[in-house]
Amino acid sequence: MTGAEIVLQSLVDQGVEVVFGYPGGAVLPIYDTLFKQNSIKHVLVRQEGGAIHAAEGYARSTGKVGVVLVTSGPGATNVVTGLTDAMMDSIPIVCITGQVPQHLIGSDAFQECDTTGITRPCTKHNYLVKDPNKLSPVFHEAFTIAKDGRPGPVLIDIPKDVQFAKGNYTQKEKIIIPSHRLFEPEIFKNDEKINEVVNLISKAKKPIFYIGGGCINSGPKASELVSQFVETTGAPATMTLMGLGVLGSSHSNSLGMLGMHGMYEANMAMHECDLLINIGARFDDRVTGRLDAFSPNSKKIHIDIDESNINKTIKVDVPVVGDVTSILKRVIKVWKENNLKTNQSDLKLWWDKINNWKKIDCLHFTNNEKEIKPQYAIQRLYELTKDKKTFITTEVGQHQMWAAQYYKFEKPNRWLTSGGLGTMGYGFPAAIGAQVANPDALVIDVAGDASILMNIQEMSTAVQYRLPVKIFILNNEYMGMVRQWQELLHGGRYSESYTDSLPDFVKLAESYKAIGLRAKKPKELDGVINEMINTDKTVIADIWVSKEENCFPMIQSGSAHNEMVLSKDQKQDKLSAEKGKILV
Amino acid sequence: MNKSVYDSPETTAVSRRHILTVLVDNEPGVLARVIGMFSGRGYNIESLNVAEVSNDEHLSRITIVTEGTSEVVSQIEKQLLRIVPVHSVSNLDEEGSSVEAEVALVNIDLNDSNKKKIYEVCDFYRARRIENENNYVIFEIAGASERINRFIKDVNQITKIEIVRSGPVAISTHKNTKEE
Repeated sequence: MTGAEIVLQSLVDQGVEVVFGYPGGAVLPIYDTLFKQNSIKHVLVRQEGGAIHAAEGYARSTGKVGVVLVTSGPGATNVVTGLTDAMMDSIPIVCITGQVPQHLIGSDAFQECDTTGITRPCTKHNYLVKDPNKLSPVFHEAFTIAKDGRPGPVLIDIPKDVQFAKGNYTQKEKIIIPSHRLFEPEIFKNDEKINEVVNLISKAKKPIFYIGGGCINSGPKASELVSQFVETTGAPATMTLMGLGVLGSSHSNSLGMLGMHGMYEANMAMHECDLLINIGARFDDRVTGRLDAFSPNSKKIHIDIDESNINKTIKVDVPVVGDVTSILKRVIKVWKENNLKTNQSDLKLWWDKINNWKKIDCLHFTNNEKEIKPQYAIQRLYELTKDKKTFITTEVGQHQMWAAQYYKFEKPNRWLTSGGLGTMGYGFPAAIGAQVANPDALVIDVAGDASILMNIQEMSTAVQYRLPVKIFILNNEYMGMVRQWQELLHGGRYSESYTDSLPDFVKLAESYKAIGLRAKKPKELDGVINEMINTDKTVIADIWVSKEENCFPMIQSGSAHNEMVLSKDQKQDKLSAEKGKILV
Repeated sequence: MNKSVYDSPETTAVSRRHILTVLVDNEPGVLARVIGMFSGRGYNIESLNVAEVSNDEHLSRITIVTEGTSEVVSQIEKQLLRIVPVHSVSNLDEEGSSVEAEVALVNIDLNDSNKKKIYEVCDFYRARRIENENNYVIFEIAGASERINRFIKDVNQITKIEIVRSGPVAISTHKNTKEE
């Protein structure tokens, strides 16, 4: 077999159905082999950055590994953002890059770059394969590493001569990966820790679950177990941006999202709790706010598959390293065996307090009949799509936070957003990937007018593959989140945050032979959303929203959980504001 | 100090020198992965030493001297373990019983007036003379870093020298069951 044939065979063996890619000189042998087979579908994107976000959307919506195929040089450098994004949000990706033939490596050849060097810090692992006989072992190891432990992106760089060279194929089953190269759960002695966990929970007066994306990565079973355990204890639970959907929004124990734009009651409860049970989250700075005032009076339990997250920013009392599903199974078992119960009267007092915070109604906004409030647009989108199998992706900015706040997620894997890296331009290609994986589903990219332009070229991809992806643009003609920060922290000097010369999104859609819709007034909104949903084509819905609406509630940089700002009129104290200014 | 963008609680932890020994698969790029983690996450490397230690299994041992509080060094250890070709990481200081040694080669500007004094110093520190050409003498000295420091200081007071140091390598003196 040739190297290129080995590549394809390895993908087939790994159960890969779709590859997102873009051809070029250094991957032509692989594309030639692709042409001669039928088992793998290739989705041609319009820029490599789109390919990797599409693979991320595919992976997040299915739990499978997303596969990317791009050429050397610019092909490889264009996927760097997506690799970093997948690294930060723990998304399993295998990215194949072409490389110049070996005898040219190091000569500054045409479209040469040090791909493994450039991508080393933004992949879990990467390879430069110089021997065709090593291709299949490398591929099988790469797929295992991508999924194993804390998932992440793996890159395989293949010089063109290796793609042509003859070599032997080794089957997946015959590859033995040394244990040190994988996550080794058995080295963590967790039994004692689990006893501590259940004891602390049973004794807590004011416990709260803090649920993260690790619960989604661990598979659908994890979400079930987490929900089950939360119910058993009767404790409140809050979710990170990545964890939305683990516990249904309508679940009575759910306090919704926490963090910078999280719910008032969730953040207050984090601040006041006496026991914090972190399951699969990493104390991200968007969640913790000011560290020296983070949940000051609580004992902290941290369940995480990545040991390096333990005590990284927040010191915890009981660390448990492992996969959520297996840890939760044991926790529930020990809880039942010991007949443990939470103290109902303590919990009632705790819930009373929380219900008082809820009365603040932190998501309240003043609707009006003249202009569409962005929050209202998301509310209507939710109401009109909640009964369908809907996937929501987002770009990054205000619209992303409004979607997280006002769209209610009931299931895991339905919410695809760039959390850690905060990549504008993520949502549309991710929606393409999710639609490829779920042809019968309704996939909506909630976008901003600035973000959508970052990968607008993928319109062509969506139309070519007849993917009925919906782009729902909250159009305020601003980079809204930048503008909001400038308003709050930089004296309202809107330096370069106005997006002048926006395209006419309706005509833009039409020029791609897609459907363009527009709503300017609140009364037009439902009609546009319904038409969008009922159109079996790629749609851009351009929703003109209030231009200077801010995203609240908000913990401003430099503040703590109990110092949430609920509206514009409420000012952050001066000292925190000064300190906060230098932060991100 | 931790790595968050936000203020962290005041800590009084002491920052001190640690020797980490890292057993890795000897494959292309492994050293870059290790040192890239240090530079990328803002940790410091005081010295670094790497060589293959078992030919048949292609294992290399990297010895890194770093400085930090025990929290920072523990974070470094955990970050190192995330690197796929890393087998094990030991913090030799924490294990208490370890032996460390370093090699230095010293090129000494030797002449008739300083010769006697320099030979005395070298004898005292048991520095081995390994080359003598054009009136230049190369000395090799091995042992604890502290001893090499003192040797260099003493010779430096007499004449101009050029030095190359390997940085320390270290090994634990008791059986390490954690490895392999």
